[in-house]
Amino acid sequence: MQLTGAQALIKSLEMEQVEVIFGLPGGAILPVYDPLLDSTIRHILVRHEQGAGHAAEGYAHVTGRPGVAMVTSGPAATNIVTALADAYMDSIPLVVITGQVGTTLIGTDAFQEADTTGITMSVTKHNWLVTDASQIPTVVREAFHVATTGRPGPVLIDLPKDVSNQLMEWYWPESVDLPGYKPTLKGHPKMIQEAAKLISKALRPVLYVGGGVLRADATKELLTLAEHCGIPVVTTLMARGAFPDENPLCLGMPGMHGNYTAVTSMQKSDLLITLGARFDDRVTGNVAGFAPYAKVIHVDIDPAELGKIRNPDVPIVGDLKLVIPELTKEIKKLKVDIKAQLEPWIAELATWREKFPLTYQQDPSGRPLKPQYVIERLRQMAPPDTIVVSGVGQHQMWASQFWKFNHPNTWVNSGGLGTMGFAVPAALGAKVGRPDKVVWAIDGDGCFQMTAQELVTATAERIPIKVAILNNAYLGMVRQWQEMFYDQRYSEVYLSPDLPDYVKWAEAMGCVGIRVDSADEVQVAIEKANSINDRPVVIDFRTDTWEKVFPMVPAGKTNDEIVIGPQEMENK
Amino acid sequence: MTFSASVVPMGGNGANGAAKHHVLSVLVENKSGVLARIAQLFSRRGYNIYSLSVAPTEDDRFSRVTIVVDVESAPLEQITKQLHKLINVLKISEINASQAVEYELLLGSISTSSESRSEIIELVRIFDGKIVDVGFDKLTVMLAGSPKTLDDFEALLAMYPIVEIQRTGRVALQKLDRSAPTRARSKSGKAS
Repeated sequence: MQLTGAQALIKSLEMEQVEVIFGLPGGAILPVYDPLLDSTIRHILVRHEQGAGHAAEGYAHVTGRPGVAMVTSGPAATNIVTALADAYMDSIPLVVITGQVGTTLIGTDAFQEADTTGITMSVTKHNWLVTDASQIPTVVREAFHVATTGRPGPVLIDLPKDVSNQLMEWYWPESVDLPGYKPTLKGHPKMIQEAAKLISKALRPVLYVGGGVLRADATKELLTLAEHCGIPVVTTLMARGAFPDENPLCLGMPGMHGNYTAVTSMQKSDLLITLGARFDDRVTGNVAGFAPYAKVIHVDIDPAELGKIRNPDVPIVGDLKLVIPELTKEIKKLKVDIKAQLEPWIAELATWREKFPLTYQQDPSGRPLKPQYVIERLRQMAPPDTIVVSGVGQHQMWASQFWKFNHPNTWVNSGGLGTMGFAVPAALGAKVGRPDKVVWAIDGDGCFQMTAQELVTATAERIPIKVAILNNAYLGMVRQWQEMFYDQRYSEVYLSPDLPDYVKWAEAMGCVGIRVDSADEVQVAIEKANSINDRPVVIDFRTDTWEKVFPMVPAGKTNDEIVIGPQEMENK
Repeated sequence: MTFSASVVPMGGNGANGAAKHHVLSVLVENKSGVLARIAQLFSRRGYNIYSLSVAPTEDDRFSRVTIVVDVESAPLEQITKQLHKLINVLKISEINASQAVEYELLLGSISTSSESRSEIIELVRIFDGKIVDVGFDKLTVMLAGSPKTLDDFEALLAMYPIVEIQRTGRVALQKLDRSAPTRARSKSGKAS
């Protein structure tokens, strides 16, 4: 069967069971958009290519399947670079297809030409420039394999226009032949035994759980391990929901804005059992002073993470889905009553929790409206498995702190790269992936202005996401740093609460827009938003400009120098 | 293959601190862009390449890249782990200088006078090098040898007016096992 390269691409995507592509057509990718008309694959026409990338990420976050985005050459390809970098940092499987100028024009500075594979080399797990249509099925097969196996990540296929038009004889490769790519899945048995021994002897162990647990789909295995041993768990920003917040062993988020107990548990720990986490600087603070008494077990599917920041005492390369049950098995063999051994540790943690809870104070008059109050009300009025998507900044930290995540893959955010503007398009993608779930984007006013145009996409495609803007009229996190570390010299952080008018803007994009100025309007507004299911809703919550995120470990300080909020100070 | 002057140091200083260097022999798929991936990885992660040479192996599906790494810039283990993550990289061996055969090639053009001409020819002969080109008042000399030998040769050449010197960066293979008869490598042998 003879197909054009374009037809072969679409057919290959169908073979990979792609159900949706987020994209925006243009010159060099035109040939591929033609056979797309005859395909069962749904295409969602975004309004900016960055949105296509983040939407594909949101889809991948909640489904565990690779997100697919397709855009044209040149500026479209460069527009999607941010999403690639974002997915690379957070290990999100993404397959991005870019058009390219014809092979005879490559290198001539042709119209809309960019060196896409060169530009994206350092932000993709791998990329391919296809030079002959006969390579297309092989490349697509390899691309999905690389994106989804081992440590997941984004890949890119650059497809020149003439290759799309070229005829090829259709085939589908039986298997993938990548001699240099063989992820290690099974942990080394000897190392797992070593880890079990350390765990059985530890008196102040902490399970330091990262996003890898979600990527490996190993949340049940984690729960079994933690509950069998009675070891407390901290879930990093990328791992919120990997272990239920309602479980008494869950200490919540560690790191720069982690809660006191989670941060301090690691500082006082004698054993960090690190599962799919990578000692990010936002977790460790000053590395030299991080968890100074702890031995480290580090399990990761990416060998390069072991010893990158902190040398582990027991390094284990492998898939958490396989390693965690093996570890549990080895621990059981040792027949040590770990739970009894940890009683004093658990009791100590309980006192910290009681003494230093996350707090805020909503003034009974209703004003100023506290952002944390908004998040708590949103949560109380939402189904328990609601998907929460955030941008980057203060609102993201408050969302992570004050939402209760009890289900895996219900928290979608940009962790490693910290991409402002992530929330709206990612929420759209998440809702496409899980139309059965309520999706709330909790966004900041600064973030919202970066990618709000994707609400036009949401309206046009009937994707009823809900957006809560915590509008404090500032680039809030930057403002907080200027207040705390730059002597309150506020430089270029003011945005205005009503420019733009978010309600009018939402309405112009086909959404329902609601404004909330005071705490006593919150309930009614959320009720209204919850009742709307045929279009997106945007609530403009005018929140307290001066509210800061606490606790906070100032940049460069050790986690022992954690700064707690004014309310907690009173308890100290 | 020669590489640009910015990565191959010109003019050895006689003692280029071999201890600070590690030699990595990296077997890669012979595909376009592989060298760019390796080079970009080094720059992205802040590692320094001291010298680098690339050529196809006996099996033309693969190339061997010999990289001399400045290990002060990063722990060798992290470099090899990151290199391993490149999809086109098949195998990485660290070549220990004491257990390896290392060679490098030097080409140098030197201005000569009637007196110095014979001295230079003599010097080349002592080092087992070759005169590969002769001009009216210049000579081009070639020397293949261990990097240390080349350093010594270069230091002696420096007494004369050097027009230009180009070194290839080293290539290396593990020393053969002397304790047992060596077997010929299978032509089709695929890298593990």
